[in-house]
Amino acid sequence: MGMKKNRLERRHLMEAFMKALMYISFVIVAGALGLILWTIISRGLPSLTWDMVSQVPKGGYYMGKEGGILNAIIGSLYLAAGGTLLAILLSLPIALYLKTYLGQSKWGEYVRLSLDVLWGIPSIVYGAFGFALMIAFGMRASLLAGILVLALVELPIMTRAMDEVIRRMPADLEHAALALGSTKFEVALNVVTRQMLPGIVTAILLAFGRGIGDAASVLFTAGYTDRIPTSLMRPTASLPLAVFFQLGSPYPEVRERGYAAALILTIIVLAVSFGARWLSGRLNKYTIK
Amino acid sequence: MSESTSIFSSNPKTEGRSPRPSAAPRTRRDQAARRLFFIMTLLPIILIGIVAFALLVRAWPILSVYPLSDLLGGTVWKPNDGIFGFQPFIIGTIWVTIVGLLLAVPPCILVSIYLAEYAHARTRTLAKPVLDLLAAIPPVVYGVWGLLAIVPFVDDVAAPFAERWLGFIPIFEVTQPTGFGILAGGIVLAVMIAPLIVSVTFEVFLTVPHDLRHASLAMGATKWQTIRNIVLPQVLPGIIAAVVLGASRAFGETIAVLMVVGNVANIPTSVFDTAYPLPALIANNYGEMMSIPLYDAALLGAALVLLVVILIFNILSTLVLRRVARRKWA
Repeated sequence: MGMKKNRLERRHLMEAFMKALMYISFVIVAGALGLILWTIISRGLPSLTWDMVSQVPKGGYYMGKEGGILNAIIGSLYLAAGGTLLAILLSLPIALYLKTYLGQSKWGEYVRLSLDVLWGIPSIVYGAFGFALMIAFGMRASLLAGILVLALVELPIMTRAMDEVIRRMPADLEHAALALGSTKFEVALNVVTRQMLPGIVTAILLAFGRGIGDAASVLFTAGYTDRIPTSLMRPTASLPLAVFFQLGSPYPEVRERGYAAALILTIIVLAVSFGARWLSGRLNKYTIK
Repeated sequence: MSESTSIFSSNPKTEGRSPRPSAAPRTRRDQAARRLFFIMTLLPIILIGIVAFALLVRAWPILSVYPLSDLLGGTVWKPNDGIFGFQPFIIGTIWVTIVGLLLAVPPCILVSIYLAEYAHARTRTLAKPVLDLLAAIPPVVYGVWGLLAIVPFVDDVAAPFAERWLGFIPIFEVTQPTGFGILAGGIVLAVMIAPLIVSVTFEVFLTVPHDLRHASLAMGATKWQTIRNIVLPQVLPGIIAAVVLGASRAFGETIAVLMVVGNVANIPTSVFDTAYPLPALIANNYGEMMSIPLYDAALLGAALVLLVVILIFNILSTLVLRRVARRKWA
């Protein structure tokens, strides 16, 4: 700045000071991400072997012998895929209804408010809720129970994320379709879902990523087992719990594998996150600009 | 805001009731979809009630035996003897939440001010993936990070530092030598709630019209003076709401906190104390809760306490944020 020295008042110092604080804060937040990734990679990589991702636990696995956590990887994919599918069945209609039929109405605002509130409910509460229902219906921990509870966890995330993108749909397109005699249902199905597909896919993958990483809800409801589940009524292992249980082990080898399991989970979640970005970029080519 | 009253009204009450017999299949499909979708939108609202009701029913056996003041105020937790005092767990949750907030809020607000008021569009597009990734990392991975990096940090750096320089302040007294405890839990929580607080606060800053800033800048105010005197007073309710939202997220966080906080049912007096937050209590004991009388009711009651607190926090902050977003600028 070409200011004279006496013009450099206290307020300009303050400006520089606050700006410096902001830079530092930004570096701290970004640095935290880097630190987390570095910690997980550097501690997880040494024990990440092919056996880890291709074998189920063998006898003595939890004492440091052979095996892997394929049961947990497959279990988590089943759980998250099932929960996501169920959540789509509810989320997509709700998000479409909010936009196409309700617009800016009062009722729509109440629905959005309730979704925001549901989003804030911690997954341990959903888990306890699922557990309460399971006691009431005499159900045991199973893949199905885990899927149902994960669907509840994912529902508000997915619906609000879809709603946020569908809301930004250009009104012209909708009006054009309505003017040609489309019913609102046809607009929702053929125009909105197609035009907003990139955003919808992002919302789905966001919810999937949240679902696959959630531990507190499946702790009560999905159980844990060394086998890959063969039916919806069987209990299933999951990656977050595989990490959690192995870290509680007295055997260092098992704890090391817990770090590797955390790395596997992180890789999956990051892949889903980047995948969503890439896919929505690809799909964006097929929308009307 | 105003409800449409035209003949094209989408109000299901007036339109959905009597489809004309001659309606084409397309129109009938539209009516059917409208009704079905409408019923589905009831689900989120009903679900909140169902969750609360189910937990209340399962917690009732203990709520009907002990007065609420004994449960919430009791300091002894001996399920085997039928004594269920939640106070240590509630206090522990509050400690961890407050430490997490104190660490998270100042840098988060500065980051969102930076992103909203100073940063180039390019920096913003760079910052978004960082926040997205922080939000995408699963809680259990945060827990692993806490265990591997934060607990040793507290043990090797923070505790000796506090012992040397801050020992005279009671809440910084180093009480146990492990590194597990409230400070570790608070640091992990702070990073976990950061993306939420930053993104909500950022959105709130964007609602302030540029004219206000321009007017202040044109009078010769510096950028920070403008933010401090013009923008911040306008967005204060929104920032508070964002903080409350972060608090409710921290309040219910389970696995990550559980892994680093020590899980000893004491009433903490220092940030280096261990604590045993409510969510950790529920998660740690679900296995044996069916074998001791009233234990399951007590734990589901704990979930109910969490739910009620979080519902209050959430509804209040969401309503404030709605109001901020919809404010009319004269």
